[in-house]
Amino acid sequence: MDPDSELLLRLRSGDERAFVSLVERYHEPMLRLAASFVPSAVAEEVVQDTWLAVLRGLDSFEGRSSLKTWLFRILVNRARSTGSKEQRSVPVADPEPAVDPSRFGGDGGWADPPEHWIEAAESRMEAGKLADRIRAWLGELPARQREVVLLRDVEGMTSEEVCAVLALSEGNQRVLLHRGRSRLRQLFEDEFREVR
Amino acid sequence: MKLLHRRDLVCQQAVELVTGYLEGSLSGRARRRFEAHLAGCPHCTEYLAQMRETIRLTGRLEPEDLTPQMRDEFTELYRRWRSEQQ
Repeated sequence: MDPDSELLLRLRSGDERAFVSLVERYHEPMLRLAASFVPSAVAEEVVQDTWLAVLRGLDSFEGRSSLKTWLFRILVNRARSTGSKEQRSVPVADPEPAVDPSRFGGDGGWADPPEHWIEAAESRMEAGKLADRIRAWLGELPARQREVVLLRDVEGMTSEEVCAVLALSEGNQRVLLHRGRSRLRQLFEDEFREVR
Repeated sequence: MKLLHRRDLVCQQAVELVTGYLEGSLSGRARRRFEAHLAGCPHCTEYLAQMRETIRLTGRLEPEDLTPQMRDEFTELYRRWRSEQQ
């Protein structure tokens, strides 16, 4: 049984520690996601309301989606109805190359090829000195890209789950994921280029 | 100089196919073109490895711990909700 299904069983049997474990696991990711939709002062409130809605909805949750998908759906619906930030993001249709076009020559081949950084990033991650940087970079992504990357890559959801939570088409989800990941890759490269 | 076929991908196009490739959403033909490009291009091979690494490192982020005060608040929230149930 996956950890969430076990938590769900314990929650339904009235185990308060199960609820606290659920909050431990999802509170911070939910705050991050909420802050993408509403100002951060309001995000806290939205997440609190979500937890109450989760408790109230426990008995009617049918388990057709995963517990995680259900939680994030409640959160996103609440955040959306609380009001979006204005000018949240660039429309999906706007072109945004994965790599700065100036790094390619006239023939479309690399003129300024990717610098190696994988080993350096691994060892800094092992030393516990990279996670905070990555969190900061996620915060710099345009809101819609950030939402998709948080759910797909940080939370490990499938594309179907992300589409359901964010009400996105499969194609738009993929475009946003592509741009978000491409930007992050560039930020890794920039970070380790400075070190040299 | 290598002869460039019309069906050959250039690097600038290849980097835009990486997510589709990793998601398994490319057509068979597009996937084969992409793989054929990688086979002859160490830079794009490195680029793909970096995108995989980006995903892997992002996936290693753990939620930050709740403060003891927050744990208490949520325990309290739960107890309040339970008592309303009865």
